[in-house]
Amino acid sequence: MSGIKDRVAVIGMGCSKFGERWDSSSSDLLVEAAHEAFADAGIEGKDVQAAWLGTVASFRTGQPLAAALKLDYIPITRVENACATATDAFRNACYAVAAGIYDIVLAVGVEKLKDSGFSGLAVAEAAGADVNPPVPPPSQFALAATRYFHEHGISYEDGKMTLAQIASKNHHNGTMSPKAHFQREVSVEQVANAPMVAWPLGLYDCCGVSDGAAAAIITTPEIAKTFRDDYVLVKGLGLSVGAYGIMRSDWDFTHFPETVRASQAAYQEAGISDPRKAIDMAMVHDCFTITELIIYEDLGFSPKGRASEDVAAGTFTLEGEVPVNTDGGLKCFGHPIGASGIRMIYEVYKQLQGKAGGRQLKDPTLGLTHNLGGRPGSFTCSVALFGTRD
Amino acid sequence: MAGISSFGAYVPRYRLGSESVGWESAGQRSVANFDEDSVSMAVAAGIDCLNGRGRNLIDGLLFATTTPPYAEKQCASIIATALDLRRDIFTADITDVLRAGTTAMKSALDSVTAGSAKNVLVIASDSRQGAPKGEAERNSGDGAAAFIISNEDVIAEQAGSYTITENMMDTWRSAGDQFVRSWEDRFAIEEGLERILGEAVSGYMKKEGLVVTDVAKLALYCPDARRHGQLAGHLGFQPEQVQDPLFGRLGNTGVAFPLMLLASALEDGSPDQLLLTVSYGDGSDVLGFKTTTSIKDAEHGLGVSGYLDSGVVLDSYETYAKWRDVWLTDSSSRRPQAQSPSVTALWRESEQNIRFHGGTCNQCGYVQYPAQRVCVECQALDDYAPIRLSDQPGTVFTYSLDYLAGTVDTPLAIVVVDFEPGGRTLCMMTDREVDEVQIGLKVEMSFRKLRVVNGIHNYYWKAIPRRKAK
Repeated sequence: MSGIKDRVAVIGMGCSKFGERWDSSSSDLLVEAAHEAFADAGIEGKDVQAAWLGTVASFRTGQPLAAALKLDYIPITRVENACATATDAFRNACYAVAAGIYDIVLAVGVEKLKDSGFSGLAVAEAAGADVNPPVPPPSQFALAATRYFHEHGISYEDGKMTLAQIASKNHHNGTMSPKAHFQREVSVEQVANAPMVAWPLGLYDCCGVSDGAAAAIITTPEIAKTFRDDYVLVKGLGLSVGAYGIMRSDWDFTHFPETVRASQAAYQEAGISDPRKAIDMAMVHDCFTITELIIYEDLGFSPKGRASEDVAAGTFTLEGEVPVNTDGGLKCFGHPIGASGIRMIYEVYKQLQGKAGGRQLKDPTLGLTHNLGGRPGSFTCSVALFGTRD
Repeated sequence: MAGISSFGAYVPRYRLGSESVGWESAGQRSVANFDEDSVSMAVAAGIDCLNGRGRNLIDGLLFATTTPPYAEKQCASIIATALDLRRDIFTADITDVLRAGTTAMKSALDSVTAGSAKNVLVIASDSRQGAPKGEAERNSGDGAAAFIISNEDVIAEQAGSYTITENMMDTWRSAGDQFVRSWEDRFAIEEGLERILGEAVSGYMKKEGLVVTDVAKLALYCPDARRHGQLAGHLGFQPEQVQDPLFGRLGNTGVAFPLMLLASALEDGSPDQLLLTVSYGDGSDVLGFKTTTSIKDAEHGLGVSGYLDSGVVLDSYETYAKWRDVWLTDSSSRRPQAQSPSVTALWRESEQNIRFHGGTCNQCGYVQYPAQRVCVECQALDDYAPIRLSDQPGTVFTYSLDYLAGTVDTPLAIVVVDFEPGGRTLCMMTDREVDEVQIGLKVEMSFRKLRVVNGIHNYYWKAIPRRKAK
């Protein structure tokens, strides 16, 4: 196995404005993201040889992408893999290029969630016996929070304060992201005292439900050189699917094996042994604040049960040792499910190019993206690593 | 001789009482939770009655109620499946009249006497509604009683019966009526209860060659407390002969009422007592039982008293009104409308969803719910033994309290339960006070109605705090 390291490059990216895009259809969002990526790469739609469309609920096939962009009868595959959908579309596109099948491909993710008429996540599920409890996402992760606090002897008040610091950090980062859904500061006290959604998680512990799209143009490093100097290289791609944790009486609910396995696979491809030291920035799946806390540990940034100490020390702020969710994360940038993974890659790409505006980090060279889809006990997790050219 | 070999009961956890704001009565009555109905309560009473007895010995199940969830579709089959009984048993719903419970009991006694069955489970369960703030609502209660009728190891032998049938329109509900209707009570008492029950009881005494003073305890149907004492006196019984009708604690539980009083009498019973059960509705059934020496050593579950002692009084009448659809709530704006469950999937998953079977791997012994074709521990293929988890104790491993899940019961308690023999499930918790939900809480499973969509009453198991007697 030779792995993906340095075998594909990203030469163009686009990201729509995220938020309540009442005036835009899913197709409008695709055009907005893809044409920014085309312009960034300096290509046209006719240059794209194959495409992967990631979406969970907005489209069922690849056809709407061809219709929206007027692509030239090329192969298009629709990808769905829970909240890791966009990254998995990106991953499949990378493999097709690495295999030498295509030279220039498009990976794009989109989601239109705000046409449902409901303020929460309202994705229809297939008819079945319908006896499983109606467990909305906040409660799924509240199960982890309750157990995490219990397991590590953290009081409700202390635990809420740690989670509030995570939300407040992401809100701060979001104020410097013009395309983010939410762009205002929220204090630690506001987060801690917000109305309860699913005990112990309150309103500001939850990410935004948004519309949006993001796109990437992928090619080989050799071809990339002919387009631009500051292309970004893929260093590692890990994907782990677990679906039976809930059936195991010995699973602790305080770590997510899918994140551990996907990150280890990506670290191995990239040749990373000390992630906290090697990685300059991480875009992680902060669907809820407790998720981000547990991810710090699962990615190997913090020892098990000790992430709250790193939160208190400011390790994950823009100025910290490993800045996390520099663009505001799912919390503020928003979470159109099928688009989020490529939105994260967009932020890493811009940061590595030094084009991240007010939130620009100092000379990052290695960035990570992480998506976690499903629920505790049954996740799809993707971890991707990106680096500047040598 | 045929008789009762086991008995059990069920009373919901909740009560309306003087502490309930808007409830204008000094006494308490039992109230089924929003997810309970006659079927779910019957399952609970059945479990209490079986109390560890061999479920494979049961040859028949008779379910008596005036509040079946279906007009067309048997309820006894749902209950038999939830109780994990055999397939080759006879089942029937006996409905439409308040004396359906004693009618079911008599049918079971006749089957056992005739030798067509050895053990028959009889369950009476009712959740009747009176109009808001009316007398019927005030005097009613919700509950269930269950008995195993058998030829062996009986704790009370059959001691004769007598029945009157008379077409009588004093209490009724037409198809589609939500609330019980009744005619002027002076007529109902004089020409109904007093006259018909008098004829039935004296007919029984004459037929069996007994006198009223032979009776140790009378389990008597009557719609309210005041008239209960008057009626017993009218029939010639002394107050000490009358089984406490539990008005002010339980309420008139309809079809289940006289049988819950019989269960109470058995709980307190001693050998060689004549227990008389008298039901009422389009006539009357009188059933006599004579307790045996076996009653001294008989083990039983929580019974009526155990369940009555583990109640919680509701804060307000409003909560009850929401549960009974008297007070309509706006739940539609929160979540998408529920879709009809797939009947095919319900049928296919009956073992896991209704019998609540998990699987124990024959190779490595790992218990998993639902049963898995490929073992989660050792990946063995199709090699497991079913294990019933519905009557296994469990412990809460973690939980959430959801304020947006769109349930009547906000916040919705979602729990991960570890069962004592192994196996874990994520399920809803019901009958819970918010502050008692915590890691380590001891729970048991309870059969409940999740929702009604497309006319399908979709039942499943939820966790409840253990209902042990105080």
